[in-house]
Amino acid sequence: MSMPFYVSPEQLMKDRADFARKGIARGRSVVVIQYADGIAFATQNPSRALHKISEIYDRIAFAAVGKYNEFENLRVAGVRYADLRGYSYDRSDVNARGLANAYAQTLGTVFTTESKPLEVELVVAEVGESAAQDQIYRLSYDGSVADEQGFVVMGGEAERLGRALGERWEPGLGLADVLRLAVTTLGAGGAAPTASAGDQQDGNAPSEEARIPASQLEVAVLDRTRPRRAFRRLTGPVLDELLSAE
Amino acid sequence: MSTDRSGRLPDAFRTPGSSSFVDFLTGHAPEMLPSHRDTGAGAAGAQLAPHATTIVALTFDDGAQSGVVMAGDRRATMGSMIAHREIEKVFPADEYSAVGIAGTAGIAVELVRLFQLELEHYEKIEGTLLSLDGKANRLSTMIRQNLGLALQGLAVVPLFAGYDLDRGAGRIFSYDVTGGRYEERDHHSVGSGSVFARGSLKKLWRPGLDEAGAVRTALEALFDAADDDSATGGPDTVRQIWPVVATVTSAGYRRVDDDTLGRVADQVVAARGDDARRAGSHRRSGEEPS
Repeated sequence: MSMPFYVSPEQLMKDRADFARKGIARGRSVVVIQYADGIAFATQNPSRALHKISEIYDRIAFAAVGKYNEFENLRVAGVRYADLRGYSYDRSDVNARGLANAYAQTLGTVFTTESKPLEVELVVAEVGESAAQDQIYRLSYDGSVADEQGFVVMGGEAERLGRALGERWEPGLGLADVLRLAVTTLGAGGAAPTASAGDQQDGNAPSEEARIPASQLEVAVLDRTRPRRAFRRLTGPVLDELLSAE
Repeated sequence: MSTDRSGRLPDAFRTPGSSSFVDFLTGHAPEMLPSHRDTGAGAAGAQLAPHATTIVALTFDDGAQSGVVMAGDRRATMGSMIAHREIEKVFPADEYSAVGIAGTAGIAVELVRLFQLELEHYEKIEGTLLSLDGKANRLSTMIRQNLGLALQGLAVVPLFAGYDLDRGAGRIFSYDVTGGRYEERDHHSVGSGSVFARGSLKKLWRPGLDEAGAVRTALEALFDAADDDSATGGPDTVRQIWPVVATVTSAGYRRVDDDTLGRVADQVVAARGDDARRAGSHRRSGEEPS
């Protein structure tokens, strides 16, 4: 009987984390950003059918980067979790915290016990009565949870884009303002490879050329002013108008 | 129930496949289904559980706008007793459809809750709305699962109506206890007062009705049902309780507000009162009514 080589637990976890991180960094970034009347989500996604941003429940939405089949599976599980909970208790008893915990346990267990970690990073967000009651949870491939304030950038170059966004975001901005901010941030992500290819442009100060066309964007909001289901996708003329407004 | 013992999402949640909440519930938590009740033998349920009564629905199309109106009275009865005066029996199924219920109130309300969730669940998972026929068929399946209870006297008979976005018109579907689904033309009613309401609708419904006319016709039909059926409640002018009336058009589901209903109900009652007084005075004076 052949013995497997000894691998220290530290090395094992590090290898898994590197593997997951590499998979996540390959994907396009998702920006989740708070505005006066809710929370906006934006990502570059040419597909109209394969969403990275979706509705989970009345006031809760989900955004993900990484492998589509893996986060789609988690999304469906989240919808089932929320609907079952709302059906057995009451609609007001479904909250983002419970869902984030269930996701964290699931991601954590897969990370430590299964042969391959899930190559996904998620955001579970819930709008409250006021901006102070909004909740944004960011979940990593290893099951760690972070309670974020204001904005989150996930996916490739998340740290650099997050810093750039942090310099310009402030509480209480309007929807059009945060969407333009989000789209410029996403554009800066795409501009970086061009800069390294000899272009003198600075990736942190994107020009109009880096602006992603509305047809390539997937944008949605959790709008706290809507009566029951706060989630709404922004497409076509509505999105064009918001992005072009000054 | 929502998570397993370690706090993880159970495997059933992550099984790909069905976008139906009812199918998911059947596999994961069947005890939560309305049809999954162990009631024992016998048909005593019919006398013990409150019953919801008359629902009417009618289509309208005045050229500018088309759609469907659904209305239900507010009474629930238990034998010869009034169990509840302001029960609501007309609900939005989703943005473009309404469902009204007659039969055992408790099970019917639970069924409606599950049906609403079924449509919303599908919409969230698939990212698109079910077709109106698809929604009608899902309801049919759910009624069929309730057949066991129906045979013990706990029947639920819904009326389903909605705006068909593909055809651009309002449509009405009726059901029987076995889950049989029948598309109705122009108008329909279910429940204990339905015989009288249907007679009223036959005389008052006409092509080319506008939305306000259809709401008035629905109230007239419920008035006629309440007139002859003890289980159907009429407009309650003392407590200001009016029927639940909803319209479904291309703009979606809208519940008609109480002020409008109060006004229309007053008109209906006043018109009927005038007729009754005229007939009375003719009788007293011994003249033939002119």
